[in-house]
Amino acid sequence: MALTNDDVLYIAKLANLQLGDSQVYQYKRELTRILDFVEQMNSVNVDHVEPMAHPQEMMQPLRADVITEFNQRAKFQAIAPATQDGLYLVPKVIE
Amino acid sequence: MHKLTLAQQAKALAAKQISSEELTRHYIDRIEAHDGQLNSFITVLAEQAIEQAKQADADRHQTSVLKGIPIALKDLFCSDGTATTCGSKMLDNFVAPYDATVVKKLKQAGVVTLGKTNMDEFAMGSSSESSFYGAVKNPWDTSRVPGGSSGGSAVAVAARLASASLGTDTGGSIRQPAALCGITGLKPTYGRVSRYGMIAYASSLDQGGPMAVTAEDCAYLLQTMAGHDDKDSTSVDLPVPDYVADLEQTVKGMRIGMPKEFFEQGLDSEIAAHIQHACEVLTSLGCEIKPISLPNAELAIAAYYVIAPAEASSNLSRYDGARYGYRCQNPRDLEDMYSRSRSEAFGEEVKRRIMIGTYALSAGYYDAYYIKAQKIRRLISQDYSQAFAEVDAVLSPTAPTTAFKINEKSDDPVTMYLSDIFTIGVNLAGLPGLSVPIGLQSGLPVGMQLVSNYFKEDVILRLAHQYQQQTSHHLQIPASFE
Repeated sequence: MALTNDDVLYIAKLANLQLGDSQVYQYKRELTRILDFVEQMNSVNVDHVEPMAHPQEMMQPLRADVITEFNQRAKFQAIAPATQDGLYLVPKVIE
Repeated sequence: MHKLTLAQQAKALAAKQISSEELTRHYIDRIEAHDGQLNSFITVLAEQAIEQAKQADADRHQTSVLKGIPIALKDLFCSDGTATTCGSKMLDNFVAPYDATVVKKLKQAGVVTLGKTNMDEFAMGSSSESSFYGAVKNPWDTSRVPGGSSGGSAVAVAARLASASLGTDTGGSIRQPAALCGITGLKPTYGRVSRYGMIAYASSLDQGGPMAVTAEDCAYLLQTMAGHDDKDSTSVDLPVPDYVADLEQTVKGMRIGMPKEFFEQGLDSEIAAHIQHACEVLTSLGCEIKPISLPNAELAIAAYYVIAPAEASSNLSRYDGARYGYRCQNPRDLEDMYSRSRSEAFGEEVKRRIMIGTYALSAGYYDAYYIKAQKIRRLISQDYSQAFAEVDAVLSPTAPTTAFKINEKSDDPVTMYLSDIFTIGVNLAGLPGLSVPIGLQSGLPVGMQLVSNYFKEDVILRLAHQYQQQTSHHLQIPASFE
């Protein structure tokens, strides 16, 4: 499965990553190599095998709908890049 | 003092032959003297550790065996008020606002935290070279890697810079560095130990566990770490057995399977010889060794390198520069802030895995990659289930080679991925696995992996403990760090 430059740019866009021109070439080569490697999954017929998402296939447990977390906004915002009046600041979205 | 095992130190502390403060200061001095050449710690918490040690000494009547024992934490366990970087520029400025559940449990037991250990960025790697804080060096030969991703935790124990450490294992990240550094490391059953507060890489595979000199030391740590946690719904609500008491039970009559697929083509003949010797020890203890088959074992790496990146691409989407972690300078707009913060702060391997995972989950490729990998995961899990109908444990080398040179495999991601061939299937199935040292090859440690059925950590801990009663490989210390 050989990826094209456009494939790599599209994947990067989906992943919210910016790539320079030289990186597009580099990732095209490396990702193609990885995809070629995982092709060996096709050596076995799995048509009638159920996918396994998780090692535990039990029901997820339920818990009582009560408050277990309390407001720690000041503590959490102390490590934020930018805040003001208890809000997280990001670049302007609407002019 | 650093030549004692954790269990021996605990006895000496309880008998007041040594104090936790003495022991802690001793390790801090050793870190200062030696870690410059090993780079196993990202953060050393000297003052805080001495404070914790003094408290442990003042409060001796309380009975946890681990009280006053100084350990190191892989730098992906959140510890309240402490830098927790995950080896990444993305979290270089991140101070965890809470304790991981295992950290909280260990603190309650009176454990002293010496510091946070170096690792592959976001736990993605097998060599501990991809850290933002530089490569970790193997104490047996500092031109070589310690394995990864929990390389710093393995090195800290191997060089006796900590009594024990915690690591995490998604595809072999406790067992492979334990093998390459000559220590004992246990990956518990998926769900045995809470993942709350462990920075996520691949959530259906990640599991935290102990790394120490002996299997007995690992049993003491697991005893405190294991158990259900309301904050992690995948942590299983099953009673925690008495792992330590169980170590002395006989292993006579235990059936141990050797997967023929792991011993066919291309296994290093010296590693095969070490395994042979280890088998002879187990046979002398009354174990029965027999061949078994894991027919789909060789597909494990391929399936893993779809599933783990897929989960990682989702988990790591949280790093957006908005609420914590790295934010790029002067973003043009919101999109630019997201994508430039991520591009500037993630390293190469992390970006590769995010992109592979994104691709495998994207429209048109989901069935061909992600669903197919999950089907192979089922086959691998079934292979192990069939094996455990016949045997109590599965034995193999932990890694196909001893420690390789720094930069030897960093140019080709796929070559690096192959170093986890024996460990990855265990994560896909969710089983417990352990690595024990079984000797040196040209001065570098070789490890043996033991795998048991779900929640049967007692079986592999007991086998490893009984093996260690007959051997001294685990007590060898690299000459420069004695």
